[in-house]
Amino acid sequence: MTEILISIITMTALGFLFSVGLVFAYKKLKVEEDPKIEQVSEALPQANCGACGYAGCRAFAEAVAKGEAEVNGCPVGGEDVTSEIANILGIEAPEVVKQLARLHCRGTHEAAKDKGPYIGISTCHAAHLIGGTKQCSFGCLHSGDCVRVCPFDALHMGEEGLPVVDEDKCTACGKCVDACPRNLFELHPVSQEIIVFCRSLDRGAASRKACKNACIACGICARACPEAIVMENNIAVITDYKKISPDKIPEIEKCPTDAIGRLHKDTNEEEKEEEKKEDEG
Amino acid sequence: MELAAIFISAVLVQNFVLYYFLGICPFLGVSKKIDSAFSMGLAVTFVMSITAVVSWLINNLILIPFGLDYLQIVSFILVIASLVQLVEMFIRKISPPLYQALGIYLPLITTNCAIMGLALIAALNEYSFVETVIFGFSSGIGFTLAIVLIAGIREQLDLADVPEPLKGAGIALIVAGIMALAFNGFIGMLT
Repeated sequence: MTEILISIITMTALGFLFSVGLVFAYKKLKVEEDPKIEQVSEALPQANCGACGYAGCRAFAEAVAKGEAEVNGCPVGGEDVTSEIANILGIEAPEVVKQLARLHCRGTHEAAKDKGPYIGISTCHAAHLIGGTKQCSFGCLHSGDCVRVCPFDALHMGEEGLPVVDEDKCTACGKCVDACPRNLFELHPVSQEIIVFCRSLDRGAASRKACKNACIACGICARACPEAIVMENNIAVITDYKKISPDKIPEIEKCPTDAIGRLHKDTNEEEKEEEKKEDEG
Repeated sequence: MELAAIFISAVLVQNFVLYYFLGICPFLGVSKKIDSAFSMGLAVTFVMSITAVVSWLINNLILIPFGLDYLQIVSFILVIASLVQLVEMFIRKISPPLYQALGIYLPLITTNCAIMGLALIAALNEYSFVETVIFGFSSGIGFTLAIVLIAGIREQLDLADVPEPLKGAGIALIVAGIMALAFNGFIGMLT
């Protein structure tokens, strides 16, 4: 019994001694910090995702307070956070271009032909090491590495086997861009309507054989809009989306394999058809 | 002569990382660049030296006289946690650039088993005060040596043609194993 008492007393005394020491040390050694750092840090989303290029929200806040980082450097927070930080620092908020992650592949289960069954670790990286399961060696592997890595729950696997980006939740943090072993994700401004939905560098015939929705490098889109689209290595490349004028979009969307076009073409077209019906009516 | 033996033993023969396999977490986590590996080594050396002194004082002035040996682990945890806090505050006040350079590594040392192992091994070997001071300091040097060596190797490995599945942690663990074997060769030095 006394042994227990002694040990309890010793530990309590030791703990007390150290805590008193630390309290005094804290008072003596306290470092005054720029109060802006704390305020900016509170305004940030605290996801610590690293999309800004700093080690975390705290490190970014320090850089902003020092003036080393741009006020709009946090892509996750977007406009709200930027204006809040600008308020704290007392400067005008620059404009933020909202970006979204876009998948550059339309190789659904139906469209892209299988090479053979894959039995093994079900991650894209593992499947990619042995060359993937599809005949197309550039397209989506369907195992959802991107879905697992998304910190904002903005990606989920669609019924057709391709990851679908939830545009409301996506913050363009870029984790999926890094996660995809085939680099199928890219960040694009929301305003960019036309996107090339293919990464296949195979020749036209081989591409078409492997996937119904592959870019076969026929060049229709490049001829429709030569100032913004060029053909490189058997694939269409958008050099400057701002140069694509809206009246060229129908021309570009004549793509025989749907490998280039608007992401939300279907809904738009339904609307158009409805409009037509209304006009007729 | 005895002190020199302790020094050589802690640095080369019974190296904390490569002989006891303690402190593997920073050894693998912070060994991608020589610069940061060296900072980490210095921070660990610093904390190890101070921990060795304070834990010896507590062990020999409080625990052993009262027959409380069984409280060693708990009280050493207390010592290490408080010391790292204190060191952090101190460095922050005295030298902000050093604080910046050490960054997150400093608080991470709190949970580093090599520090705990040091305090326990020193108590187990019943070292005298001077011996403990030398042991603490040279263990830190040994850790620094090991982590800087592997960081140098890993920097070279970045350029090497490593098989895809072994890239990253895999090849680092293999290198660590080979290094441990090589350091085992020093055992003959002390017999």
